[in-house]
Amino acid sequence: MTVHQISVFIENRSGTLVKVLDLFKEAGIQLIASTISDTVEYGIFRIICSEPMKARKVLEEAGVSSNVSDVFAVSLDNYPGRAADAVRFLSKAGIGISYMYSFMLSGKGILIFRTNDPERTKEVIRDNGIESLNDESLLSLV
Amino acid sequence: MASSFLHPRYESLSRSEIEALQSERLRETLGQCMKSPFYRNRFRNAGISPQDIRTPDDLVKIPFTTKQDLRDNYPFGLCTVGLDKVVRLHSSSGTTGTPTVILHTQRDLDQWADAVARCLYMVGLRPGDIFQNTSGYGMFTGGLGFQYGAERLGLLTVPAAAGNTKRQIKFIMDFGTTAIHAIPSYAGRLYEVMEEMGIDPRRDTRLKTLVIGAEPHSEEQRRRIESMLGVKAYNSFGMSEMCGPGVAFECTEQNGMHIWEDYYIVEIVDPVTLEPVPEGEVGELVLTTINREAMPLLRYRTRDLTRILPGECPCGRHHRRLDRMKGRSDDMMILKGVNIFPIQIETVLMQFPELGNEYLITLTNKDANDTMTVEVELKEFHDDYPGMQSLTREITRQLKDEILITPEVRLVPKGTIPKTDGKAVRVKDLRKTLI
Repeated sequence: MTVHQISVFIENRSGTLVKVLDLFKEAGIQLIASTISDTVEYGIFRIICSEPMKARKVLEEAGVSSNVSDVFAVSLDNYPGRAADAVRFLSKAGIGISYMYSFMLSGKGILIFRTNDPERTKEVIRDNGIESLNDESLLSLV
Repeated sequence: MASSFLHPRYESLSRSEIEALQSERLRETLGQCMKSPFYRNRFRNAGISPQDIRTPDDLVKIPFTTKQDLRDNYPFGLCTVGLDKVVRLHSSSGTTGTPTVILHTQRDLDQWADAVARCLYMVGLRPGDIFQNTSGYGMFTGGLGFQYGAERLGLLTVPAAAGNTKRQIKFIMDFGTTAIHAIPSYAGRLYEVMEEMGIDPRRDTRLKTLVIGAEPHSEEQRRRIESMLGVKAYNSFGMSEMCGPGVAFECTEQNGMHIWEDYYIVEIVDPVTLEPVPEGEVGELVLTTINREAMPLLRYRTRDLTRILPGECPCGRHHRRLDRMKGRSDDMMILKGVNIFPIQIETVLMQFPELGNEYLITLTNKDANDTMTVEVELKEFHDDYPGMQSLTREITRQLKDEILITPEVRLVPKGTIPKTDGKAVRVKDLRKTLI
């Protein structure tokens, strides 16, 4: 139901993003999706990639501040309105979404998100028959 | 020029007369010092007696007095009179540990007020002038020090105290203020707010004199303040250990601050070797009070770096002139007139287990307002944005409690604070002349 996401704490300075991406390149790790939060105070680079645990190790060895965490990944059918339906289930259950990003992969709409109540979120996903992904099933779509 | 001397008897002394007066007052001061347990012990331990010191040249035999001595003997260890003779106490903020205390008898306060009055008279202020003091009052000497001095001179003195810029401007307009005491950055702020309010200080106010100090500023900065406000701005130097304001002051030549050598004996020493530097070279200012009763200080290390300006001043005074302060021999920062040491910031930061050991303090002065940014490395990153925000808020709050100024706190990734030679750079002062 969840996938591993790498979060990198990046300095708001030119060159820091390239440094992270070069490390992935050298290690042969493929980016599946990524997003950078744009706040004044902190830069957080969140990445879904082909080999999250290896990525974490590579970053750590290079002295880059990073973190690996579980985030929800659901796969939706490719027609308009499916994201609204999925988020409505969570909203009705009173679950708050901390952040979310989405992308298309092999004809599927993928939503990646973190909530303030992981246990309840799992129930909602199960009870409403939403198709969820783990590292392997996500990678199989690539 | 004699008409600009409030105290012609002292202001017109020749060099040899100054030195004779200093020798006489130094001997009296040494006698006074022997009434304090601190100096009695100090002389005994150094194997010297007051009789060994006859002239200012003999001062080198006496060990320096430091701020640490004042702390170690807090609060009354350096007092030379009974507390029933003490009428005023001023204290430093105690920002770096134990506060320091300076005690005054009524005679001390009178002498201090005379010194400040002499300074204000020197720059042309006379009864009839309206003097507005924007210093903080209370324990801070810039408030009461200027108040009593200006009153002594007979100025209508407005104790406006710090802050509330719009109210300051209202007073300037309503009372017809002709002279202001402010730190340079606040003078810039006054102008900014006047501009916002549609007030042209040159046209709409009676301001003519500005007394500035307590904050490093350049000649260019002074000139800009002068042209903005339409005033003459005079630099001043003081410190609470030496009473407060009135230690040294510019005359109308605006070229160096005359230090009142009937009050103080000046030495400039190399802050490392502690040997006197050649005349005219920069070193640490060391002062001996020779006109104080309750708490005389011998060879006090001010930590301020400056030099004696060579040559005679056209104003006719032979009291020597100090150049602008060039910085500090310790790592103290002055921000908005407040003294801050990096160790204060470090102590707060190190109480947070979430933070690493590296930090960087950056000082800037965008829009003439001093700003402090504190970047600190986060030990472990957990991708918890709300947690980082509340941590930032808590650090900011605690720093404000400690240094009385609200810094901008920024958490940064580990390994990103720049280092030189493996040693972290703690303070970057990027303040420029912007006013």
